[in-house]
Amino acid sequence: MPIIADHLTFVYGAKTPLQTTAVDDISVKIEDGQFIGLIGHTGSGKTTFLQLLSGLIKPSSGTVYINGEDIYAKDFDLHSIRGKVGIVFQYPEHQLFEETVFKDVCFGPKNMGLDQKETELKAYEALKLVGLEDEVFYQSPFDLSGGQKRRVAIAGVLSMKPQVLILDEPTAGLDPAGRKEILGLIEKLCRENKMTIILVSHSMDDVAEYVDRILVINNGKLAIDATPKEVFKHREELEEFGLSLPQVTKAMISIKESGIPVKTDAITVDEAIEEIMRVLY
Amino acid sequence: MKDITLGQYYQAESVIHRLDPRVKLVGTLLYMISLFVFNNIFCYIVAAILLAVVIALSKVPIGYMLKGMRAIMFIMIFTVIFNVFFTNGDNLVEFWIFHISKEGIRMAILMMVRLTLLIISASIMTLTTTPNRLTDGLEKLFRPLKLIKLPVHEIAMMMSIALRFIPILMEEADKIVKAQTARGARFDSKKLTERAKSLIPLIVPLFISAFRRASDLALAMEARGYHGGDGRTKLYPLKYASRDYISYAVLILYVAIIVFLGITSARIIAHLTPANSYLSLLF
Ligand SMILES: Nc1ncnc2c1ncn2[C@@H]1O[C@H](COP(=O)(O)OP(=O)(O)O)[C@@H](O)[C@H]1O
Ligand SMILES: [Mg+2]
Repeated sequence: MPIIADHLTFVYGAKTPLQTTAVDDISVKIEDGQFIGLIGHTGSGKTTFLQLLSGLIKPSSGTVYINGEDIYAKDFDLHSIRGKVGIVFQYPEHQLFEETVFKDVCFGPKNMGLDQKETELKAYEALKLVGLEDEVFYQSPFDLSGGQKRRVAIAGVLSMKPQVLILDEPTAGLDPAGRKEILGLIEKLCRENKMTIILVSHSMDDVAEYVDRILVINNGKLAIDATPKEVFKHREELEEFGLSLPQVTKAMISIKESGIPVKTDAITVDEAIEEIMRVLY
Repeated sequence: MKDITLGQYYQAESVIHRLDPRVKLVGTLLYMISLFVFNNIFCYIVAAILLAVVIALSKVPIGYMLKGMRAIMFIMIFTVIFNVFFTNGDNLVEFWIFHISKEGIRMAILMMVRLTLLIISASIMTLTTTPNRLTDGLEKLFRPLKLIKLPVHEIAMMMSIALRFIPILMEEADKIVKAQTARGARFDSKKLTERAKSLIPLIVPLFISAFRRASDLALAMEARGYHGGDGRTKLYPLKYASRDYISYAVLILYVAIIVFLGITSARIIAHLTPANSYLSLLF
């Protein structure tokens, strides 16, 4: 299910003094199975762009093609893509509402019109996928810890078996261990479950290690579209956008500046160690 | 929801924006009363002129103001229809249970003018005054009621918090609706019972979020030493400037003119129009 954004533009509060162009003429194609990192400063238009991609708000101009179909065409039933394009909003745990974890996760598949048995099966699979234990299934979602709540919320979207999963800053407000868990889960979804993933973040460290392709948004415009290794060649540009390089890359650059001839394109700690070892021995 | 201008602040630099909120509160109240005390055309002409001047001074675009009125159009049309058909008087046209009378048409026109002026005057006040200034004004105006043990400061504080939270909760509701829509929820069901049920996934999270915000806010206020109104000073205390005294003078002049016109107009009208002419419909 490839997604194509075609000259997408979205304006908030058109013709008022507070008019903001949140998404400005973005065109991009997202292929099946890609793991994409969408990066931008706060207020750069990431969330708005995601909502446009998933058919939740109508663009001011331009459109989105999913599977070759124009989803904003007059006769297109937007309800038909619900569940196929799953979106996990920022702080998704704020949307939990049922009495038990299990019921909440059933909400999506039930809305898809599945029967009871299938609904429960999907909910069960999703909860297992995010690594929740059976004990919590019949607890109130409001009694869980922050990290658990977030997994329940993600399971609530996964239970619809989306082909494309969009996550808006899924690690916001989690501790480092929680971040790693969630990012690991998302990577698994892409590599093992073959989902197309769009992961939004304002931190390079979060995405650099995992994704195949990075899209950088600045001021509503698509500024950079490249692989992680290429992106960091745009160092000055990134700094101008208020984004910084991953800590590891920064460290490698200072090592190089101090006269040791290392390559500076390392992204993960392991790569960095390997490169340093290579130069030293 | 986004189209409701009533109750929203419009940022601009104007005399009306800078006026003391107390002047605007008293002015709006007197103006509204004046619309209901007398009901002849001269009073309305004067009232409309005053409003037009205020609008011009306020620098709020007319289009923006009228956009906010669309939401209330329905009530207005309803009132007009009701008045045309159900006011008793000499019937001009009659069918089934309806009868259109001269009085009916007169009442309908009157009500429409009245409501329009009323709504515009109220929205001018809220468009040009931030909620904070508004509650400051209310608090100060009602301060004397403290003597009868009314917790004026607390009420004002609650009002300003409530007003502050309206846009936040609207935004929150918008987010939740989108999130649940993405999970396949439908909020547009035709059947009433289904529609009510479909609201649960919206209302439960909204309430939880409101409570969470309320307790966070209470904690933050306490942590910063909030202890009620006694001995509390203001960052921007309300002080009358000369423009405020001038406004009060204009207001008094307006009331005097309206009262004068209201009392004498009956006689003027009698001179101007012979009874039963269609012109007399207007008066
Ligand atoms: N509901 C809204 N109404 C008006 N302006 C909005 C709204 N949501 C976002 N914006 C504005 O649009 C721009 C982009 O916002 P957003 O897409 O939320 O950015 P990001 O997710 O990258 O932080 C910001 O300038 C923001 O102020
Ligand atoms: Mg965002």
